[in-house]
Amino acid sequence: MDEFFLTALAAGIGLALATGPLGSFVVWRRMAYFGETLAHSALLGVAIGFLLGINLNLGILLVCLAVAVLLVLLRQYQRLASDTVLGILAHSALALGLVAIAFMEGLRVDLMGYLFGDLLAVMPSDLYWIYAGAALVLGTLAAIWRPLLNITLHEEMARVEGVRILPVHLAFMALVAVTIAMAMQIVGILLVVSMLIIPAAAARAFARTPEQMAVVAALVGCLAVVGGLAAAFRWDLPAGPAIVVTATAIFAAVTSARGALGQR
Amino acid sequence: MSGPGTEQRAAGPLIRVQGVAVTFGDRRVLDAVSLDVHPGRIATLVGNNGAGKSTLLRVLLGLTQPAAGAVWRAPGLRIGYVPQQFAVDANLPITVRRFMALAGRVGAWRWQEVIDDTGVGPLLDQPLQVLSGGETRRALLARALLRRPALLALDEPAAGLDRHSQGALYRLIGGLRERYGCAVVVISHDLNLVMAASDEVLCLDQGRIACRGAPASVVEHPEYRKLFGPHLGPETAVFPHDPHAEASSEAATRSRAAGGERG
Repeated sequence: MDEFFLTALAAGIGLALATGPLGSFVVWRRMAYFGETLAHSALLGVAIGFLLGINLNLGILLVCLAVAVLLVLLRQYQRLASDTVLGILAHSALALGLVAIAFMEGLRVDLMGYLFGDLLAVMPSDLYWIYAGAALVLGTLAAIWRPLLNITLHEEMARVEGVRILPVHLAFMALVAVTIAMAMQIVGILLVVSMLIIPAAAARAFARTPEQMAVVAALVGCLAVVGGLAAAFRWDLPAGPAIVVTATAIFAAVTSARGALGQR
Repeated sequence: MSGPGTEQRAAGPLIRVQGVAVTFGDRRVLDAVSLDVHPGRIATLVGNNGAGKSTLLRVLLGLTQPAAGAVWRAPGLRIGYVPQQFAVDANLPITVRRFMALAGRVGAWRWQEVIDDTGVGPLLDQPLQVLSGGETRRALLARALLRRPALLALDEPAAGLDRHSQGALYRLIGGLRERYGCAVVVISHDLNLVMAASDEVLCLDQGRIACRGAPASVVEHPEYRKLFGPHLGPETAVFPHDPHAEASSEAATRSRAAGGERG
């Protein structure tokens, strides 16, 4: 149990380190539904991965990247990425994934594992991928931090000031796609976005600068992983949902404490 | 012939717009508009709602692509843009100081100069989200100035401000041109308040430039009178840009008012 626990812990912390800063931008840019749409398309990636006989994580990553590019372009040229379009894409991608998997004969898929994560099935060898992914996300985010923050504040002002919007957008969406591919095994398709949103929302109460919020969000995420995993081992709970519930508890405690202190 | 005016003209325009048309669906919002933005000159765009002022500004800034005509921008042109709408998500913790710093690295002396000129000093440690409309406009202006723009583009900077603040803002803008040597393109939504410091006033009507000229002469233009005449009340004012001329500004307001009643 010790090795399982430590592997799961290392995987969860690797994920939380990436989702805190990235999730802060998802919150600031009000892109929760955007992330949800990418996450829902991940199951289609599983189906395509099986179909092409490639690594499933790679399949997920490719499909998420394709959907991310599609969404950025839709937004760029059509000004269409409304709730409705995202809703159509999100749910049709999920349904299509389920149908595609059902069509594949002789394929036994642990659907629950994909939908809600299976952290205890993470192998020590998976950790390389998770930490490589986290390093990629944090490194790229640091590199595009200033232009991305300027775009977040006012996109047209950033454009007039000479920021090239499209490459920064594409890079950001690609990072979300990478994170979702990473997170799928840990918390599952349906709970991925919670790891982006909830730690960031909880961190808001402590932060006076964007950077503080990003760092605190990563710490809150790590705390949720530790607490959630401990609870999962103690009471034999599903690990992904236990982590998300812990994150939500932290968020609720922080928010009500802030309310009680009479802050904004 | 010498002096700054000649030099600036020799340098050529910062932006040249020729015969530009913009259409949204079936609607033609700009038609056959030509305009040169010259270094160090203030151009004011006036017009009723839907006349095409904002669209013209967006064409100048490269935010809207025209359906016809040509837009030329000087290579490497640095623009400071103060948009009309500016709302930051409540979850983004950011102070005015940080917001300004995001414009890029600048020396301490320039930082202090901009703070003194725009009066944002007391706001520096406030979160962006708690500022009033006028304070937000000042913070945006301060950030734009930090970049040492060759052109300052202001989309209805006076919107939502009371008369007194509008006058103060216009005087500030007029003064900034003197101190920073930048060209200014400003949209004025209030037809009764047009800066005296403007070198050129362009009146837009249904996507076309109906008349243009210096502030003093353009108000006498028949097209201007036809368009805006009925709106001209006794408060009609052309604000001077000298910040020390408060008193004479009041006098000018009064004498204009008298003139307005006479005519």
